[in-house]
Amino acid sequence: MTTQAKSIESMRVQARPAWVRQWLSRETFIAGLFILPSLFGLMTFFVFPTLRGFYLSFTNSDLLTRADFIGLDNYRKLIADGQFWSSLQITTYYVLLNIPFQTALALGLATLVDRLTKSIAVRGVILLPFLIPVVMVTLVWLTIFDFELGPINGFLHLASLPKIAFLNQSLIIPSLAWINTWRHVGYVTLLVFAGLQTIPKELYEAAAIDGAGEWRSFWSVTLPLLRPVMAFVLVTSVIGSFQVWDSVAVAAIPSGGPGGATRVIFWYITNLAFTRFNMGYAAAVAVALFLISLAIALVQLRWFRANTSDLG
Amino acid sequence: MAAGISMSRHQEPRQAARRRINLGRVVAWGCLILWIAITLLPVYWIVRVAFSTQRDLLANPTSLLPVNFTFDAFKRVLGLVPPDEALAQGGYSKVLNFWLYLRTTAIVTLLITSGSITFNALAAYAFARLRFPLRDKLFSLYIVTLVMPTVLNLIPNFILIQRLGWVGTIQGIVAPAFLGSAFGVFFLRQFFLGLNRELEEAAKLDGAGIIGIFWHVVIPLSVPALATIFILSFMTTWNDLQWPYFAGGAGRVEGATVLTVALLVFRAQQQSGIPDFTGMMAGTLISLLPMVGLFLVLGRKVVDSIQFSGFK
Repeated sequence: MTTQAKSIESMRVQARPAWVRQWLSRETFIAGLFILPSLFGLMTFFVFPTLRGFYLSFTNSDLLTRADFIGLDNYRKLIADGQFWSSLQITTYYVLLNIPFQTALALGLATLVDRLTKSIAVRGVILLPFLIPVVMVTLVWLTIFDFELGPINGFLHLASLPKIAFLNQSLIIPSLAWINTWRHVGYVTLLVFAGLQTIPKELYEAAAIDGAGEWRSFWSVTLPLLRPVMAFVLVTSVIGSFQVWDSVAVAAIPSGGPGGATRVIFWYITNLAFTRFNMGYAAAVAVALFLISLAIALVQLRWFRANTSDLG
Repeated sequence: MAAGISMSRHQEPRQAARRRINLGRVVAWGCLILWIAITLLPVYWIVRVAFSTQRDLLANPTSLLPVNFTFDAFKRVLGLVPPDEALAQGGYSKVLNFWLYLRTTAIVTLLITSGSITFNALAAYAFARLRFPLRDKLFSLYIVTLVMPTVLNLIPNFILIQRLGWVGTIQGIVAPAFLGSAFGVFFLRQFFLGLNRELEEAAKLDGAGIIGIFWHVVIPLSVPALATIFILSFMTTWNDLQWPYFAGGAGRVEGATVLTVALLVFRAQQQSGIPDFTGMMAGTLISLLPMVGLFLVLGRKVVDSIQFSGFK
């Protein structure tokens, strides 16, 4: 009797289609348990907020009263908003000061480290600023750049040269660009250095046999083969640079710096959202920044043909 | 004969080395050393200012050693000096609850690193080894999240935390990162895929279940990868400013203020007059000790992990 029941039961199990059996399997159950917390976190704090961010930008949400759907009103306002365009301009100026210099410097340093010494200690020292939080890095440089008691102006004064007001309206953005370059360049150097290790040494030997010097082989061998790494470095650092906030906050929160000189896009977003509680409009500015970041990333990836490698 | 060959082989690189010690190489070393100096001097300046006497800073901007060596700034920052005396030292009258901020930062960091390692590893293992429906579709969701800009997340996440009544609490700061990240899952999945399957198969033959295999076979083999995730998660959390600033109540809630936010507020409250530079640098120096500790213990691993983080 029991054996008969068992065989009927097993026949019934057999009769179930494969996909049902897979859904009901023990392995699926455990996989579900393993994935659930991570998937819940991903949906709640990354996927859903991105969608909600788009939705909010079409509302007049202010955290207190009920949010109404107002269509494209926020975007119409955005196009006519002088502060938005001014912030975009300040941010672009910052990115243009930050990225080319930082990338060139990292490329140079990585090549130097690769050629001169592969010592982990040297790489550690170059990476050191990256381990210091942006807040602390900015505080140190504000001390160093200080007009009265900073060492740079101290030495300029000793040399009877005019002092430089690093933190005034016209120089604060270049100063912040320098501060972030100083902190970040070690990280980029490390990435480029890792990329250099993937280039086969025979290529340099071949270039040398063909009579290429160091300089020529850098341009004809190193740079083209670094393309995937450089694409990654540039895409991520440009997106990050457009989102600059930490150092600006330390140097100039909440006013936005001397004469509003540091009112970068993210300052404007946080100002709208958390000082004026204009969540809907802040979301519209964030969407604009999102689209700008995405567009720049796509253009860069296309330009670099990043998914292909010359090594084949 | 053999000796002769090996002699000439040894001589060849030596001659080459001698030839390479030319002007170019000297200049290259010069550049590298210059950058190392630019990297280290500001780090030294933290120490120099932290041990100086605040009142005498102004008169000695160019002194390379601490001006009138003292521990005053440390005592002031750690609240060992009464407010009126702190003011008399040229400090800031408000006592920094340094130990409280340190404790909050430690709790936040501990929760986020342990939570994200656990949930990342579980999900990554399911994606790497288990068979279940929709696996590849779900995983592509992680990939999409990995490459999406995150500018839109700040406002919706803040609204969510606010609805939960978590603004100004530790759980508000911890929530978004606690369940892991797309990068962590992706990184660990790649690592698990590279593990030799045979050990897992052998454990299976010995009657181990999925959870047993994961815990007793996979985790012990994955210590290097888990260490990398730990280091990156620790660094990101310890350095973070923006989310802890807004979710923690902009420094107005003492019990939910992390060190970076505390230093930001400390600086922001001293916009007029000469800021308490020695206090800021003393606070910075103390805040850096955990990072320094991590670097001393795991040195090479830290460099390798950060180098690795670039290859998402």
